[in-house]
Amino acid sequence: MTDAVAQGSTVADAKAAPDTMAWDSGLRRLMMIYLPLGCFVLILLFPFYWMAITSFKPNAELMNYKQHNPFWISSPTLAHVKHLLFDTAYPRWLWTTMTVAIGSTTLSLIASTLAAYAIERLRFRGSPYVGLGIYLAYLVPPSILFIPLATVVVQFGLFDSPLALILVYPTFLVPFCTWLLIGYFKSIPYELEECALVDGATRLQILRRITLPLAVPGLISAGIFSFTLSWNEFIYALAFIQSGANKTVPVAILTELVTGDVYQWGALMAGSLLGSLPVAVFYSLFVDYYVSSLTGAVKE
Amino acid sequence: MSVTTLSSPALAQRQPNWIVRLFDYKPFLIAMCLAPAIGLLLVFLTYPLGLGIWLAFTDTTIGRRGIYVGFENFQYLLTDPLWWNAVFYSVVYTGIATFGKFALGFWLALLLNNHFPFKSLLRAIILLPWIVPTVLSALAFWWIYDPQFSIISYLLVDVLHWRSGNIDFLGSPWPARFSLIAANIWRGIPFVAISLLAGLQTISPSLYEAAMLDGASAWQRFRYITFPMMMPILAIVMTFSIIFTFTDFQLVYAITRGGPGNSTHLLATLAFQRGIAGGELGEGAAIAVSMIPFLVFATLFSYFGLARRKWQQGESND
Repeated sequence: MTDAVAQGSTVADAKAAPDTMAWDSGLRRLMMIYLPLGCFVLILLFPFYWMAITSFKPNAELMNYKQHNPFWISSPTLAHVKHLLFDTAYPRWLWTTMTVAIGSTTLSLIASTLAAYAIERLRFRGSPYVGLGIYLAYLVPPSILFIPLATVVVQFGLFDSPLALILVYPTFLVPFCTWLLIGYFKSIPYELEECALVDGATRLQILRRITLPLAVPGLISAGIFSFTLSWNEFIYALAFIQSGANKTVPVAILTELVTGDVYQWGALMAGSLLGSLPVAVFYSLFVDYYVSSLTGAVKE
Repeated sequence: MSVTTLSSPALAQRQPNWIVRLFDYKPFLIAMCLAPAIGLLLVFLTYPLGLGIWLAFTDTTIGRRGIYVGFENFQYLLTDPLWWNAVFYSVVYTGIATFGKFALGFWLALLLNNHFPFKSLLRAIILLPWIVPTVLSALAFWWIYDPQFSIISYLLVDVLHWRSGNIDFLGSPWPARFSLIAANIWRGIPFVAISLLAGLQTISPSLYEAAMLDGASAWQRFRYITFPMMMPILAIVMTFSIIFTFTDFQLVYAITRGGPGNSTHLLATLAFQRGIAGGELGEGAAIAVSMIPFLVFATLFSYFGLARRKWQQGESND
């Protein structure tokens, strides 16, 4: 494709000498592709660089741009991280967030695997409509639901409990995971299941021994996606959790660490960095699954 | 593996257990498989959605069951300048941010569609803004937009000498509004770019070869091949993007909380402020419900507007 574009451009100004043409297409490629790409990467990554560099700067450097170059640290310090880990409930928040993320991911994986299997493989009258109904649930944004959901959570006696989040998060995880897994189940040859049926396996045995092992990549994609989405969730966690100890990391940083008029930027940025690390690490381990699930879901 | 699948059904047949038979009965199995997902969605999605619409017609507050008040909440909202302000900013925010995300995201997707070294690494890095918790990157933006120690002000004033004083990003209404839009675009670009890149890779190169033989310029190839072929995927991604930008909450809540002077309230943050923080559940629910017509309209517009053109173009292209 690019070669074709380069050829096209050289054909257009065919009068130029061969040497200038080669130089011209090299320069053109640099200007048209690498330069804008470089700008994109720089802008997309800069906030993270800024976050990281702020977390290790001593307060004196943080507030003095005249004597210290703000883009670099002259005397890095772990004071902010230490303050975060030992003077605040940060480890507790991390633990809560981890529990909530793992709990809701497990719950939605189980629910959506079973649902996707029923819709795609057990095939009953109206199964496409059930699938469509579950998909439409994905289009209902949390911002519309959080007020009535708060009253529902209070009715169930789950207010201020992480269990409420574990039960509520599947509302936006299940539609996505089900849709993703339906796609994966579709790609598994039906003949495999027919063979097993002929051999006398029960439906549940087929699901456990044949379909699920073959759908492992789909399960991993759905799992990573659910984990990141529940780690990042904010509005429900803000509305349903009151006590400082039960808060998730994004909510706790914003409501517990932002205090008074003088913001502790070092600690805030260290908290953001540490809170982003688990998802970033998790993501980097499974990046291909993640990209394929993202694009696969859009293509479906 | 095959040995085990063979032996255990044989075992099951020898001792016909009623549980095993029940689970092999298809209608029961279907019901059991669908029960967890449907149950969760009904209890925590459908029921709250209905309850929210009901709450919007009551005067419920925290700790007190409300009574039916008809359209009183909505009538009040129509006379409330803050609500109109939030509607105005929600529309502006969604419009500009969606346009920015798609223009820049499409450009980035086209750039990524070229061949160059470390492509998959770059693609992985580019998704970072999208996977990191929004609130945490919003905090980084809050710090970048600091009135005194903003790094952007530092660049413009002390390094480039383009301005004489610091920019007050979040102190006055319009700069604050645009600062939030910029942060939203920053966060949205990766998703749009990666989704559109997947679409770009499905376009057959033979179309471009044919066009090039006919003497089409690069712009013509983009305008008459890439763009029409991308329409269906653009329609889907844009529908999603509009829905989630219009109902955005985190960025605004984290950076300005609706300030300065309530100028940056989106409908979602206003609903939170009135409903949860202020305790007026009925009024908050009414604000949340007032988002639904906008969402339905935006969805229909983006989906059918874009998809219809795809059908027209699709016939001539296929």
